Amino acid sequence: MSATFIGMPGSFPKNAEKAVQNSQLRFNLRKATHTIRGKRASVVGELPDWQELRAAGKAIKDHTLRNLDRYLIQMEEAVTRAGGTVHWARDAAEANRIVAGLVKATGETEVVKVKSMATQEINLNDALAAEGITAYETDLAELIVQLGDDFPSHILVPAIHRNRSEIREIFLDKMPKVPENLTDDPPALAEAARLHLRERFLKSKVAISGANFMVAETGTLVVLESEGNGRMCLTLPRTLISVVGIEKLLPSWRDLEVFLQLLPRSSTGERMNPYTSMWTGAVEGQDFHLVLLDNGRTDVLADEVGRQALRCIRCSACLNVCPVYERAGGHAYGSVYPGPIGAILTPQLRGMGSDLDASLPYASSLCGACYEVCPVAIDIPEVLVDLRAKAPHAAAERAGMKVAGWIFNDHKRLAKAQRAATKLRKLVPKRLPGPLSAWTDTRDIPEIPDESFRDWWERTRRSERSE
Amino acid sequence: MSARDEILARIGKAVAGAQDVEIPREYRTTQQVEDLVGLFAERVDDYRAIVHVLPAAEVPAKIDELLTGRRMIRPGGDGWEDLNTADGVVTTCAVAIAETGTIVLDHGPGQGTRAQTLVPDYHLCVVRADQIVSCVPEAIARLDPARPLTWISGPSATSDIELNRVEGVHGPRTLEVVIST
Ligand code: SF4
Repeated sequence: MSATFIGMPGSFPKNAEKAVQNSQLRFNLRKATHTIRGKRASVVGELPDWQELRAAGKAIKDHTLRNLDRYLIQMEEAVTRAGGTVHWARDAAEANRIVAGLVKATGETEVVKVKSMATQEINLNDALAAEGITAYETDLAELIVQLGDDFPSHILVPAIHRNRSEIREIFLDKMPKVPENLTDDPPALAEAARLHLRERFLKSKVAISGANFMVAETGTLVVLESEGNGRMCLTLPRTLISVVGIEKLLPSWRDLEVFLQLLPRSSTGERMNPYTSMWTGAVEGQDFHLVLLDNGRTDVLADEVGRQALRCIRCSACLNVCPVYERAGGHAYGSVYPGPIGAILTPQLRGMGSDLDASLPYASSLCGACYEVCPVAIDIPEVLVDLRAKAPHAAAERAGMKVAGWIFNDHKRLAKAQRAATKLRKLVPKRLPGPLSAWTDTRDIPEIPDESFRDWWERTRRSERSE
Repeated sequence: MSARDEILARIGKAVAGAQDVEIPREYRTTQQVEDLVGLFAERVDDYRAIVHVLPAAEVPAKIDELLTGRRMIRPGGDGWEDLNTADGVVTTCAVAIAETGTIVLDHGPGQGTRAQTLVPDYHLCVVRADQIVSCVPEAIARLDPARPLTWISGPSATSDIELNRVEGVHGPRTLEVVIST
């Protein structure tokens, strides 16, 4: 990808304003989020112990974070024992330097990549390009994004903003040896991608991946996927380099029994994703390198309220239920992490120095739906409220007012926001912080009723009808 | 200070004084399933894989029938060798999970290398009834993390184009499972 999110201009309200005018985008997003949401609800409903799994998932992650130093050392020992090499990277620049060095040592100038948020976060592809190394994305959606010189807009389905005719155009334009009579039928497009990538897989000598989990006890890395491009990259090349955020750790092998139930069901709404690969150190004659990435994570860890964002397993369930994401789209967040999780993770990882990052904690109606679906029970509304108090206030105030205006402009958004306010009323202080305090110094914030008028109307009307 | 020491020091400082957390494990680690074979077959079928349930004595004939006319890789036996021109691969598995319809390969005897079950377009997997467990925790308990593991739930699939499910982007387009009872 040649474009980069870092330093993208604008702020959330400005970006959102543009995005909501794109009716194709809104249509695609609505269809996607509602479909996945429905599938998720049905497979989650199959498990009578979902809440127990969720409690275990939350506690395992919190316990790991509390003892992260100890478990990272254990992970390093286990990987080394199994023939792998472990590297540590304080920030994006250091991680990129390490990866570029490892690739150069193989003498290769091309690498294949498995879809990975961590490598997007550090903008690895650009860093490699600067060193004369070409990185090829192999996930179909990432390929569409890369060929289209575009940004991903969803964690799980990054090209969801593109429809089939746009994808066909991109392929015809950018894919060498593409069939001339290519139609916009999804199987035809997928076949074109299959043929395009097959040769590349078979001849590539170096692959770069992330990981969904790593297990300290055994040194095992775990990658979940659907297409098989992950398996191709992980198993065929001679050298494998995995760049993994330090928060992806789990203490014991047994802990996978929790997360392999939570993640696929929350993410794609399947009982299990088609392929999961697990490997420990250097296997089947491969040369294996693990790069452990901090890049702001230890700062997030130091924040007592915000650190729960590090429990995130990137399932994207919170995106699919968020009324703001559904309308604004992923690009408006200006980060590889869009939606509710992006609104709390990005400003913590990057700090709130820019207008964009200071506006992100306002990219929410605080309706609480994200918290309810989150498989590791991250209280996103709580972190949002906390970050709002910490945001630099001149910029934050402007952003907050703009987002408020945007929410109140649409009656559905207003209903959601009211419901949210009702749920969160205990969190609302009597006095507003920072520059807004001038307003509340002379007035009390009005009491928020237990139930909004709309909810009362709907409830009483509905019960009348059902009687 | 090395990156390693600096990161470890930052973590130590960040969590100093934070309370440790107990892990509640009240979720189910096993399940009572009356018909494990039936549930597994049904769940595999949900992924649009092809399933046959047969008495052990009839399995060899079925496999011969399915393999006729195909250039097949047979790990540990005689068969086609070139990954790229093979029509398919036939393997056993290590564990199968009824609830999720998953087969797990640990690439032990009869299961080939990871590439062998990936590059050819057709995968035929033979599962013995006694290899089927009820749920994910039971499978985890049976598996050895020192081995490379491949969990397979249905054929390769993508939903990246307008959420339309398309089978077989890079992995096998067809998964056929024979359950030997
Ligand atoms: S915050 Fe929770 S729901 Fe959102 S992506 Fe992360 S784990 Fe999933």
